[in-house]
Amino acid sequence: MYVVVVGAGKVGWNLARELLDKGNELTVVESDPARYAVVEEELEHAAQYGDGSELWVLERAGIERADLVIAVTGDDEDNILICQVARDKYGVDRVIARCNNPRNLQHFELLGVKPAVSATDLILRLIEHEVPRVGLLHLLDLPQERLEIIEIEVLPGSPAAGKMVKDIGVPEGSLVISILRDGTGFVPLADSVVEAGDEVLLVLDTGLEDKITARFDPNGGSRDS
Amino acid sequence: MFVMIVGSGRVGSAVARRMLSEGHEVSVLDEDPEAIAHLEKGSDHSWEEQGGSFTVGTALEIDALIEAGIDRADAFVASTDGDNTNLVIAQVAQKRFRVENVVVRVLDPARAAWYEQQGLRTVCPTKIAIAELENAVLEAA
Repeated sequence: MYVVVVGAGKVGWNLARELLDKGNELTVVESDPARYAVVEEELEHAAQYGDGSELWVLERAGIERADLVIAVTGDDEDNILICQVARDKYGVDRVIARCNNPRNLQHFELLGVKPAVSATDLILRLIEHEVPRVGLLHLLDLPQERLEIIEIEVLPGSPAAGKMVKDIGVPEGSLVISILRDGTGFVPLADSVVEAGDEVLLVLDTGLEDKITARFDPNGGSRDS
Repeated sequence: MFVMIVGSGRVGSAVARRMLSEGHEVSVLDEDPEAIAHLEKGSDHSWEEQGGSFTVGTALEIDALIEAGIDRADAFVASTDGDNTNLVIAQVAQKRFRVENVVVRVLDPARAAWYEQQGLRTVCPTKIAIAELENAVLEAA
């Protein structure tokens, strides 16, 4: 496969290396002379100097016979433009664009440039998944059984503080199984009172985290995560 | 009519002043708060006093475009110093906000020609300069 990569920053350069290693033919285009010199030393004829949003530069890089164009410069408008002309003017079948500012993702979508890959967005999504809320810890995940055990901290001002376990109102499909207080844990009864500073262990069906957090969050759980 | 101009440099500000003097409603967006000075050139009154409006924000920010009034713009001029920025926001104005009359400044003749074919009204100062220079040389000969 013949690939044109526009932008030889960290992303572009490493992509180029990997794609070359996998046996592809490739040209990487870079407009900064100093950066180009560095990249050219390693990639030699696979590196080309020039502004990748200039059509003649793209033509020189062989865009007309490219199977794939990857635009990974630091400017979203440049990446959009490069992918648009690659697809619409030069008939390249597949384009991939880097979206630097996730707020610009809507422009990529509007102008039909897809897929657009946003590292910030990917990491944000990972964070949401891996670290759902402050004060909430995954102790055990049993995805097959669709069960998990979490530990949640009862902060001062939490709606659960001072309530009996049966009155906290944890959703159906979840159960308070233990309370940790002053370094020791105990299995609570329905009328055991939860105090601020406690850590509460719950077993729950997957997907109930948000509802549970709402019962413990001092801010009422109304904020966006 | 309501004219929105993005980029208040030499070109954008001159077009804005002219439109205002012709009695149109004019809103200018620029990322540089100092760029309003271009709009006030040759006048004792501030741009707002003259009836124009000015918003600080970058061209790709939807919120800034909306704040500047793109929703009700009859005409949209993209005249920042970046060809690619101009081409992207012009398409956003056309496709997302359905602005009727969209004009884009593009310095690179090749990109100007291609996007003209794609249905954008482009103005290429480089092409105009080349033609004028050629004519001037030929006339002098």
